[in-house]
Amino acid sequence: MSLGRTAGWIATLLALAAALLVVSPAHAADGAVAAAGTAVAWWVWPLALFVVCFLMGIVAVPAGIGGGTLFVPIVGSFFPFHLDFVRGAGLLVALASALAAGPTLMRGGLGSLRLALPLSVLAAASSIGGAMLGLAMPANVVQMLLGGVVLGIVVLMFVSKKSEFPHVDQPDVLAQALALNGVFIDGASRRVIHWQVHRTIPGLLTFLAIGVMAGMFGIGAGWANVPALNLLMGAPLKVAAGTSSVVLSLVDSSAAWVYINKGAVLPMIAVPSVVGMMLGARIGARLLDVLKGSVIRKMVIGVLLFAGARALLKGTGVWV
Amino acid sequence: MNAPVQPQAAPVQPPEQQRYADLLVWGTRVGLLVVLLGFAAYVSGLVTPQVPVERLPQLWTLPLHDYLAQTGTPTGWGWAALVGHSDILSLAGIALLAGCSVLCLLSLVPLYAARGDKAFVFVCLADAAVVLLAASGILTGGH
Repeated sequence: MSLGRTAGWIATLLALAAALLVVSPAHAADGAVAAAGTAVAWWVWPLALFVVCFLMGIVAVPAGIGGGTLFVPIVGSFFPFHLDFVRGAGLLVALASALAAGPTLMRGGLGSLRLALPLSVLAAASSIGGAMLGLAMPANVVQMLLGGVVLGIVVLMFVSKKSEFPHVDQPDVLAQALALNGVFIDGASRRVIHWQVHRTIPGLLTFLAIGVMAGMFGIGAGWANVPALNLLMGAPLKVAAGTSSVVLSLVDSSAAWVYINKGAVLPMIAVPSVVGMMLGARIGARLLDVLKGSVIRKMVIGVLLFAGARALLKGTGVWV
Repeated sequence: MNAPVQPQAAPVQPPEQQRYADLLVWGTRVGLLVVLLGFAAYVSGLVTPQVPVERLPQLWTLPLHDYLAQTGTPTGWGWAALVGHSDILSLAGIALLAGCSVLCLLSLVPLYAARGDKAFVFVCLADAAVVLLAASGILTGGH
């Protein structure tokens, strides 16, 4: 697709979204007058949310980071919504992205269901605990912890090494018993890659901790899943990224239910976020060859650094 | 271990992985459709919502406890009784998205059982049980 056509698509989608919100009878009924007690009309924030999520979706793909990781720190820091609702929406953003990507990745062999399922049991169970803990803690404490985690992700993005095809001499006993192995075709080299994993017990324990963070902060956990699968367990990088999506779809489902049951999911926040992010990600995937990944990645690191610092300062009451 | 191949020799993925992927596609499509229908009804004002859109700017800044108290929004599965409201219909779609994995997991059990793969029968049931436990609201006290 040419850049011109892509830009046309983006403009059309934005115009449609704007039209939907602006011409709706519900909006017309209040005569575009600002809602009582607030400076702006109700539809401004969901529309802004859609646009911001659309842009986040575009940059998330070339930056190699999940949209959910960008969503909570940015929306939690710069939008008026309470953090409880932002985390609920963040989980749904991560869940919808994982559900959309999972089937394609599994069919192509890049997402391994066999590897994902045992890891998901523990991670999904701990995500329930994380979500309950997050909703029980004061918002400023969660905000502070979120700031710390986001800054930690920035450090991880800087220092984390990746191994395209880690060498696994021998699978451990558990990996052997569960037959945690597979095969896929590497698109770049056109070679059939057989893979297996090791360090299954440390991997399971790591996913237990990842689940807590995913549930507590609603930020998805691809940033942690991929290094755990790739560097710790020895899955090829592409299999790690693909399998991370399958794990996320189960982990975020469990955590999302906690937020739904607690009443912390507001469709007016969640839906524009999910739709904007999914549409943006489609554009981002098409622009993958055009945009310079390293530049986008640096830009995203800069934004995360700012959003993480903002969350930390907001939580400590320094910059409210 | 790794050998060059022709593109048509792509390795076939296990049947359970294919089945899981197929069902997940449909579950996601149905969920998203319900989400979007509900949301369109919500923003257009065609169907009465549980929480009117005009009140949202005063409500979404509140902590969860205060929001629930001011809107009378039920917790747990209480929303299911209000699914005729546009915002709750959208929430029902979100619940479908969060629940569709259970059906996918349970559909694998017969495949693994037929192959005598007891470990993965257990793993699938355990995964499904965790999501169902979260969905039940038992742990969150909202059932």
